[in-house]
Amino acid sequence: MANTQAMCTSFKTEVLNGIHALGTTVIRAGTGADTIKAALYLASATVNAATTAYSATGEVSGTGYTAGGVTATNATAPTSSGTTAYWTPSASFTYTTVTLATSFDCVLLYNSTQANKSISAHTFGAQTITAGTFVLSMPANDASNALIRIA
Amino acid sequence: MIVSTTRGEMDDSLLDKREGSIDDANENTTWVEYWLAGDLVHRSAHVRLKKAMVSSVDVGGF
Repeated sequence: MANTQAMCTSFKTEVLNGIHALGTTVIRAGTGADTIKAALYLASATVNAATTAYSATGEVSGTGYTAGGVTATNATAPTSSGTTAYWTPSASFTYTTVTLATSFDCVLLYNSTQANKSISAHTFGAQTITAGTFVLSMPANDASNALIRIA
Repeated sequence: MIVSTTRGEMDDSLLDKREGSIDDANENTTWVEYWLAGDLVHRSAHVRLKKAMVSSVDVGGF
């Protein structure tokens, strides 16, 4: 037998589950999963790794769209395979019967339970929607394709 | 088929339908547009994300 220096895979999953607090943390209201939301941003906005929280600045607006976006369906808890921890929302983000006339190309995932703190930004080819539906489908929830992975 | 448009619900037989798609490393996207007399009256899009957010972590040595 030999010892191997490594980041423990269980830790990666537990980070996604909010188990560890290596710095100052928050008092949680319960043990349930937080509410994660998905907001759309204009192509002219600046959403990136430096984005710390949801903001209405640069967010799309238009008929049928509610500021803050839609709530992500979270039916599958973070898990791991091999040495990768991962999580993917368990359903598409659907913005039904909206008109978004100004082109947008980004969705921000954020935690509405924890002061709207940001999680990740995902970009795509710029779109507009006219009296229609915008659907963002998720990749497969596995160690190679999941939307959020800690490898 | 009935389509929601900027002018209310309309039968698609009255409209000019246009479709398109993008398929690259980041996404597979399809969209459909309906036009009436030169005006865009409906546009829907479906983006299938491919590219995940991956954070690599490592441990330091002594």
